[in-house]
Amino acid sequence: MSKRILTTFMIVFTLFLYAPTLLLPIFAFNDSSIIAFPLSGFTFEWFYSLTEADELRGAALNSLIIAAASSVLATCLALLATSATVRYKFPGKGLMIGVIMVPMFLPEIIIGVSLLTVVLLAGLKLSIYTIIMGHTLICTPFAIAILRSSFQQLDPSLEEASLDLGETRFDTFRRITLPLIMPGVTSSLLIAFTISLDEFVIAFFLSGTEPTLPVYIWSQLRFPQRIPSVMALGTLLLLLSIGLLTLSEVLRRRSVRRLGQHDTSGAW
Amino acid sequence: MIELSNIEKHYGSYHALRDVTCHIKEGEFFSLLGPSGSGKTTLLRTIAGFEGIDSGSVVIGGQSMAGVPPNKRPTNMVFQSYAIFPHMSVAQNVAYGLRAQRLGKTRTTEMVTEALGKVGLAGYGERAAHALSGGQRQRVALARALILKPKVLLLDEPLSALDRKLREEMQSELRHLQRSLGITFVLVTHDQEEALTMSDRVAVMFEGEIAQLDTPQALYKRPASKRVAEFFGAMNILKAEILGLKGGIVTTRIEGLGVAEIPLGPEADTHGGNKYCAGVRPELMTVLDDGESAYPKENPAIVTDVEYRGELTYYDVKFDGSDTPVVVSMRNTTNREIKEVGQKVRIGWENASAVLLLEQT
Ligand SMILES: Nc1ncnc2c1ncn2[C@@H]1O[C@H](COP(=O)(O)OP(=O)(O)O)[C@@H](O)[C@H]1O
Ligand SMILES: [Mg+2]
Repeated sequence: MSKRILTTFMIVFTLFLYAPTLLLPIFAFNDSSIIAFPLSGFTFEWFYSLTEADELRGAALNSLIIAAASSVLATCLALLATSATVRYKFPGKGLMIGVIMVPMFLPEIIIGVSLLTVVLLAGLKLSIYTIIMGHTLICTPFAIAILRSSFQQLDPSLEEASLDLGETRFDTFRRITLPLIMPGVTSSLLIAFTISLDEFVIAFFLSGTEPTLPVYIWSQLRFPQRIPSVMALGTLLLLLSIGLLTLSEVLRRRSVRRLGQHDTSGAW
Repeated sequence: MIELSNIEKHYGSYHALRDVTCHIKEGEFFSLLGPSGSGKTTLLRTIAGFEGIDSGSVVIGGQSMAGVPPNKRPTNMVFQSYAIFPHMSVAQNVAYGLRAQRLGKTRTTEMVTEALGKVGLAGYGERAAHALSGGQRQRVALARALILKPKVLLLDEPLSALDRKLREEMQSELRHLQRSLGITFVLVTHDQEEALTMSDRVAVMFEGEIAQLDTPQALYKRPASKRVAEFFGAMNILKAEILGLKGGIVTTRIEGLGVAEIPLGPEADTHGGNKYCAGVRPELMTVLDDGESAYPKENPAIVTDVEYRGELTYYDVKFDGSDTPVVVSMRNTTNREIKEVGQKVRIGWENASAVLLLEQT
C-alpha cells in the first residue's frame, strides 16, 4: 500500500520536475507562432531563424566567453584554496573556508545588487568583464566543493614520495598532484561552465550593453512572435547543459576505473 | 652515517620523541622496534625530513640536515602504504626520481631494467601500477628508491601488509639486498622476530624514547629493563632484592631461586633508588631427571601444568615458598621423560641464567 503511494509520488514528482522542460523541444518544432495545444505541424523554421539573428550570435559569444573565463578562474582559485586548506592547518582556516563558501547560499539577487554597487562605486563600466567577476564569485564555491573531495581522496604519502625521490614541490604538483586530481579539475571546469552559461540574475545586473544568452532570451520574451525561436534556443541550451554534465560524469568514472580506485563519491 | 642527537618533538601537547640520541653506522641494518604509537614512524620521518623537530640535531653523512628539505636529503623511503603512483606504469614509477639526472632514454631504460631485476620484477615494466599485488607494489617501491643509490634507505613497516609466507621470504630478500648493496637500511617494525632476524642493531622504543639499543643477541640475552625483556620472547619475571655490589657482580636474592650472583649489565645503574626485578628465560632452566646434577644450583618445585609441543615441552612450575608461576621449556630428547602435573621436581639453573631488570616507574 505505502509502496504504491511512494511510486505515485515519485512519478508525480518527476513529472513536476521535468515536464515543463519537455515543453521546450515540443514547441520548438511546432509549426505555429502561438504557444498552445493542439500542435499544428512539424518545422525547423525556428531553428533556422536563430542563424539570422545577429544580436543572438553576439549574446551567445558573450555567454561562451564568460562561461569559459569564469570556469577557468573559479577552478584556479579553488585549486589554490583547497590545496592550502586540505593539507595544512593554520589559524583562521575554518573562517576562511566559510567566507569563500558563502556565495553558494546567498540569494543571487543580493550578490547581483552588491556587485553592481561595487562596480558603480569603483567607476567601472559594465561589461562582460564585470559579469566574469560575478560568475567567478558564484562558481568558486562549487569548484571548491568538487576539488576538496578530490584532494581528500589523494593519499598524502604520494606527494611525500615524490618529494622524497628528489622532486621539488612545484614538480610534485605537476607530475603527481595535478594528474591525480584531474578528474576533479575537469568536473569543476564543466560544472562551473554550466552554471555560468545559464545564470541570469547576476548577468542581468552586470551586463550593460553586452547581454548574455539568458539575458537576451529574457529580452525576447516581450515579443510574442519570437517566442518559438526562444523555445528553439532553449532546446539547444538544454542539450548543451545535459551534454556537459554527462561528459563530466563520464570522464570522472573513466578516471576512477583507470586508477583502480573505489568509486566513493556521488554524482559529481 | 646518521647521528641523531637529543631529539625532542611534540605534536601539540603530545610528547612524541623524548631526548632521542643514537648513531647509525654506515652499511648497517638498523631497526627501530616498538609497539604501535611509540614514535617509530615519527623518528623515521624526522630522518627523511618530513617532520620538523623542536630541538636536537640530525646529521647524515657528516652534514647537518637542519633546514634541508626531503628532496635534498641523501635518503630514500619506502612508505608503509608503498605510495606507488597509480597513474604510472611500473617502469615510470621506478624511473620517477631519475628525471633530475637527465640521463637520456636508453640509459634510463637500462637502469630501470637493472633495478627491476634486482627486486625480482624483471619484465614487469609495462604493467599498470594499480594492477599489482601487495608484494609486487612493495618491490616497485624498493626499486624506485634503490635506483637513486641513496646513502640511506628508510623502510616503514614494509612487510606488515604481507601474508606470513611472503613476509618471511621478503625478510631474507631484504637482508641479502642490504648486504649486496652495502647501503645503510633503517627499518621500522613492531615485530620483534623481524627485528631480531634481520638487523645488525636494534633500537627498542617505548613512548617516544629509546629504551635500549644493542645487537639482537645482546637484547635477547641481556635486556636492561622489564619492558624490553618482555618484548623479546618469553621471560619469567621474579621479585629480586639487591644484597650487595662488588666488582661488577650484584648479589641478589631472587624469589623462589635464592641468592644469585649476577654480572651487572652496562646499562644497569644500581644507585639512585631504581627498582629492580630478576628475569630468567624459560630455556635457561632445566627440569632435572632423578639423579641428574649438571647444574650448580637446584631448587625444589612442583609442576602445575605441562604443555607438550613436539620439539619442546613447556612446564609451568611453582618453586617452594613462592606463588609466582614460572615457565621452563625443555628440548625433548630420546631419553628424557615428560613430567606430570603435580609431580615434585628439581629445577636446575646457574648464575648466568638470571638477569637483573630495571622496573619502570
Ligand atoms: N601528524 C600528527 N599529529 C598528531 N599526532 C601524531 C601525528 N603523527 C603521529 N602522532 C602521534 O604520535 C605518536 C607516535 O606515532 P608514530 O610515530 O606514528 O608511532 P609508530 O610508528 O611507532 O606506531 C602516536 O601516538 C600518534 O598518535
Ligand atoms: Mg608507524
